[in-house]
Amino acid sequence: MFDLTGRKALITGATGGIGGAIARALHAQGATVTLSGTREEKLAGLAEALGDRAHIAAANLSDMEAVDALPGRAAEAMGGLDILVANAGVTRDNLMMRMKPEDFDAVIDVNLRATWRMAKACLRGMMKAKHGRIIGISSVVGATGNPGQTNYAASKAGMVGMIKSLGAEVASRGITANCIAPGFIATAMTDALTDEQKAAIDKTIPAGRMGSPEDIAAAAVYLASDEAAYVTGATLHVNGGMAMI
Amino acid sequence: MSDIAERVQKITVEHLDVDASKVEPKASFIDDLGADSLDIVELVMAFEEEFDIEIPDDAAETIQTVGDAIKFIEERKK
Repeated sequence: MFDLTGRKALITGATGGIGGAIARALHAQGATVTLSGTREEKLAGLAEALGDRAHIAAANLSDMEAVDALPGRAAEAMGGLDILVANAGVTRDNLMMRMKPEDFDAVIDVNLRATWRMAKACLRGMMKAKHGRIIGISSVVGATGNPGQTNYAASKAGMVGMIKSLGAEVASRGITANCIAPGFIATAMTDALTDEQKAAIDKTIPAGRMGSPEDIAAAAVYLASDEAAYVTGATLHVNGGMAMI
Repeated sequence: MSDIAERVQKITVEHLDVDASKVEPKASFIDDLGADSLDIVELVMAFEEEFDIEIPDDAAETIQTVGDAIKFIEERKK
């Protein structure tokens, strides 16, 4: 099950903890991958570690021309594009009282606008192939809200609504569109927390621990697979029970 | 039937799985041939490839019948 041999996947934000784990997992299931991110050297290192079937396409997703071009670059490198994992995301946290409009726009641009534009750019090829998988990496805070993240939560909730609508539009063509909503995931960002802080967080999670990037990658493998053909418009919450929604 | 009309008919038959005799110039893709809005998008994509032309979105919206498609493509291919 979950064999992705012959499938071609573009993963954005592949230099991050979650994106890298998704890329490795899709690749391990047999997919050809194109890794995208802003740090070209790190992408090259990751591609080299994967070996065959790994391409890189550096791009800055706040540049909409680069966004529009990215799926085409990936398709050209791989000879097609079956799976889009829109994982790249940015935060600019602040209380709304202190948040600048530019901070709202910057987060919406990368997290939501770029996801919409990349998905749109993938559709033509997927419609012709009568097959496609669009996976948006949302967040638990898109459903629950979080102080300091009016911009980020809006972008992640927006992604859910967008993916549902898209899923409804293209379901009859063998294309699915789903979101994964990670909870608290241990990455480089959470390494900076003290043990006390980590323990306090773990207490709020019924599973008693933060998630790992691999927990998210497993969900991505499932949604990308043929076995998930009947799952569309869904948001798969992977959060250790932190929010049961 | 012109060459363009024949090719439009062939593509329409293939995409919508309808009888060729129904694909006449006055036939509406949606009302007479059972297409939905996504079928129209796919047909326009297929016409673009077959005839190596670009059909902008606002023009695509005016293509409602088989005849509309033939006329649009004939004008573009002049």
